[in-house]
Amino acid sequence: MQRIGVFVCWCGSNIAATVDVKAVAEALGKEPGVVYFEDYQYMCSEEGQTKLQNAIRDYKLTGAVVCSCSPRMHEATFRKAAAKAGVNSFMVEIANIREQCSWIHKNKEEATEKAIILGRAAIAKVHLNAPLTAGESPVTKRALVIGGGIAGIQTALDIADAGFEVDIVEKKPTIGGKMSQIDKTFPTLDCAACILTPKMVEVAQNEKIRIFSYSEVDKVQGFVGNFSVSIRRKARFVDEVKCTGCGLCTEKCPQKKVPNEFNLGLDQRRAIYIPFAQAVPKVATIDPDYCTMLKTGKCGVCSKICTAGAIDYKQKDSFIEEKYGAIVVATGFNPIELNKYDEFAYSQSPDVITSLEFERITNAAGPTGGTLLRPSDGEHPKKIVFVQCVGSREDGSGCGKTYCSKICCMYTAKHAMLTREKYPDTEVYVFYIDVRTPGKSFDEFYRRAVEEYGVHYIKGMVGKVIPQGKKLMVRASDLIDRKQLLIDADLVVLAAAIEPDKSARPLATMLTASMDTNDFFTEAHPKLRPVESPTAGIFLSGCCQGPKDIPETVSQASACAAKVIGLLCRDKLTGNPCVAHSDELMCNGCSTCEKVCPYGAITYQDKEFRMPDRTMRTRRVASVNPAVCQGCGACTVACPSGAMDLHGFSNSQIMAEVDAICK
Amino acid sequence: MQKMMQDRARELLSSGKVDRVLGWIEGDFVYDVTPHVFRENDIDQLIYHSFASQNLSKYLVGETKKDGVIAVFLRPCDSYSFVQLLKEHRFDREKVYAIAIPCLGKVDAEDLRAMGIRGITGVTDGKERIILHTLYGDVEKEKSEVIAERCRKCRGVHAPYFDERLGEELTKEPLTDRFEMVEKLEKMTAEERFAFWQDELSRCIRCNACRNVCPACTCEKCVFDNAASGIENKAPASSFEEQNFHIIRAFHVAGRCTDCGQCSRVCPQGIPLHLLNRKFIKDINSCYGEYRAGADLEEKAPLNRFDVDDCEPGDVVGKGE
Repeated sequence: MQRIGVFVCWCGSNIAATVDVKAVAEALGKEPGVVYFEDYQYMCSEEGQTKLQNAIRDYKLTGAVVCSCSPRMHEATFRKAAAKAGVNSFMVEIANIREQCSWIHKNKEEATEKAIILGRAAIAKVHLNAPLTAGESPVTKRALVIGGGIAGIQTALDIADAGFEVDIVEKKPTIGGKMSQIDKTFPTLDCAACILTPKMVEVAQNEKIRIFSYSEVDKVQGFVGNFSVSIRRKARFVDEVKCTGCGLCTEKCPQKKVPNEFNLGLDQRRAIYIPFAQAVPKVATIDPDYCTMLKTGKCGVCSKICTAGAIDYKQKDSFIEEKYGAIVVATGFNPIELNKYDEFAYSQSPDVITSLEFERITNAAGPTGGTLLRPSDGEHPKKIVFVQCVGSREDGSGCGKTYCSKICCMYTAKHAMLTREKYPDTEVYVFYIDVRTPGKSFDEFYRRAVEEYGVHYIKGMVGKVIPQGKKLMVRASDLIDRKQLLIDADLVVLAAAIEPDKSARPLATMLTASMDTNDFFTEAHPKLRPVESPTAGIFLSGCCQGPKDIPETVSQASACAAKVIGLLCRDKLTGNPCVAHSDELMCNGCSTCEKVCPYGAITYQDKEFRMPDRTMRTRRVASVNPAVCQGCGACTVACPSGAMDLHGFSNSQIMAEVDAICK
Repeated sequence: MQKMMQDRARELLSSGKVDRVLGWIEGDFVYDVTPHVFRENDIDQLIYHSFASQNLSKYLVGETKKDGVIAVFLRPCDSYSFVQLLKEHRFDREKVYAIAIPCLGKVDAEDLRAMGIRGITGVTDGKERIILHTLYGDVEKEKSEVIAERCRKCRGVHAPYFDERLGEELTKEPLTDRFEMVEKLEKMTAEERFAFWQDELSRCIRCNACRNVCPACTCEKCVFDNAASGIENKAPASSFEEQNFHIIRAFHVAGRCTDCGQCSRVCPQGIPLHLLNRKFIKDINSCYGEYRAGADLEEKAPLNRFDVDDCEPGDVVGKGE
């Protein structure tokens, strides 16, 4: 029989306001095996932990139940405290009476009853707990960064600076990401290329960093410290080593009518291309969808012209297998598709553009050479309307996002200001719901746009944009002056909401990392562990975790690197003892567990068994590699005979908990 | 057909290619058929007619533990169980010689009795018709009138996996929609459905015949026989214990059941146990796309596989309401 202590935490008023903590402690004190109970204001404080340790010593406790917040918060805290007092860590169970009880209930009576039931279930489990000891596993001292935008670049550089090897996997032919498409950066208005491209070069030159451009992560196996990743290097039909990046092929290729995605389709490129002059690696890529040679076998101009002999039409996708200790997700964002926003006439008029398209039009390396010209007729627009929150902050019923995209207020102010600066004869209107400019020197920046540059900021939304001849008639409401407006604009710029890159969802599945409903990766803790995923060894950098501007992205990227370095510095990691094991006498050898195991931790072997009739029989039985098993429990529920079980979460323990709840 | 099987079996035995042959043998009555392991001396007694209903594949689990090679006759439905067992590594393939044979549907003596056909002393099978010789004279019937429910819905066109084929490969269309009754049950209210199953399952005497015959139930130690499983004592804990037994069993064979219908065939209380399994099959088909357990040796079963576009729990919740 266990000697169990029950500790009920008030969590200040977080629990105590909705749950009668004294009643919970007393009720649980009557449970079989409970020899000590008490309630305390903050169990996680030093005083609270001391109470736990003293009770262990004074009452010779063999196990403890702490009724408090989520085990994600403080399970480790209480387990460590118990271990110091001489009780095995895994003899401590948490009953979550905060997130799963007090926070979600209003009625004190009901919440108290539920807290007692949750506590009772935990006690039932402790009765069947057994001391567990964790094993150790080595750490591969190399990191993988998925995504080569500014977030991935910064994280990779910082990790490499600490002396660890880093690989960057970028799906596009060049690193640089969205920042490479941007013209100027707020609030200082320095040019994006001037601060980004040196960093790209730094990455290329760093001996510790390898860039796998035009590549994608294909498969991920393993666990923290020991990931093994298969990277698909897509065929670019150009030998990366031989290509000098001279660009001759990109000038001579006869296929000229390919929409240039780097300029968001505002101009055209060739079928063989280098996205932009400062691309890293500066290597040409053949677009198989447009290349005449690859499609019909008749052309071969680039191959004839290439003095380096780098063109290889027969190149196929290849795979690289590599081991990593940590994986950083830096998959970034995209503006949402605006096809569904008919009211803004985005698909009807080429003069209704997104803010990112506006960046390209004003960029010196863009399709217009940096002169602000209308896409339709190449004329200077004299009246520009900016619409904010297109697809952001919606109520969730439409096709937009419920969240604020965070960066639009600032870049719209930047666009408005730069337009007025360069073309003072242009009238600029900005329609907004709220202007949100918190951040260092941000609000001053926006006020400068209004006060010094005379940008017309109008609170209200645009209802409709109607293309009429060369004009765009913008119907909008001014909420402050309470009147309807009709503006004959030449150009309308939509601040489209941003969303996570589409590659993020399948990647999250591969990494078993969790995501929110918007497909942003979730953090291990929104405040205290913002750059780690709840999946150990997976780290988050940049917009894959939530909308961010460049300064915030860079600081998060460096924070992420710090966490990765902290992991890679260690030689050994303490494993999780809550792993699966199979009862060989019951195992059928059916392979079901092997098939469902996401970590490849289960193998089969033929073993000799002595049967009851004293004969020997060879049977095929499952065996679990405890270093690879992550304790997810998929095998235990798939096993038809019940031979598979999980240490710390055994079938009988879970049954006991269910029974205690249903009692 | 029977003659052909006997000849081939004799050939295999005398050539030493196999040591034993698994087939069917008649008992005291013509309809009283049991699986039997034949050797050269008794191979003449091997029978194959409309009453040879047992699924032989399960017997391979035990038989392959012995020395030597055993030949087995597999009707199409048996061969699905055969592949499923092979997939689960439940027998040693090298010790088995699989012979695919055609099947035109089986007849259950209980069904005939219900039709008033008694005192059966012999049977003559035709393709379309069947002649039952009885103490009271011969009765000739259309096969489709008398074959068992499990054979009515049979889509068992061909054996998916075998060493040799004996006889012709027959094509067959199911006579009935196998999900008809499941759909009827789904349309009931929860109370009506509960009443239906209570009525059926309360007749259960826990003889374990369904479990013992089921080719998916081949665990080294069944959870219902294992005191440590936590289930063994769960079933009797309820006043309606049979419900727990059958539902747990249906869960255990979900995604592995080949719908061979043996469970209902052997039930001495006539409980339509196959309906529980069919409900799972129907749900698996609708959630993960058409799947037939035992159809393919390599294919991963939907419940053992994860695909990014798998249906979400939300798609399933509320289905049964």
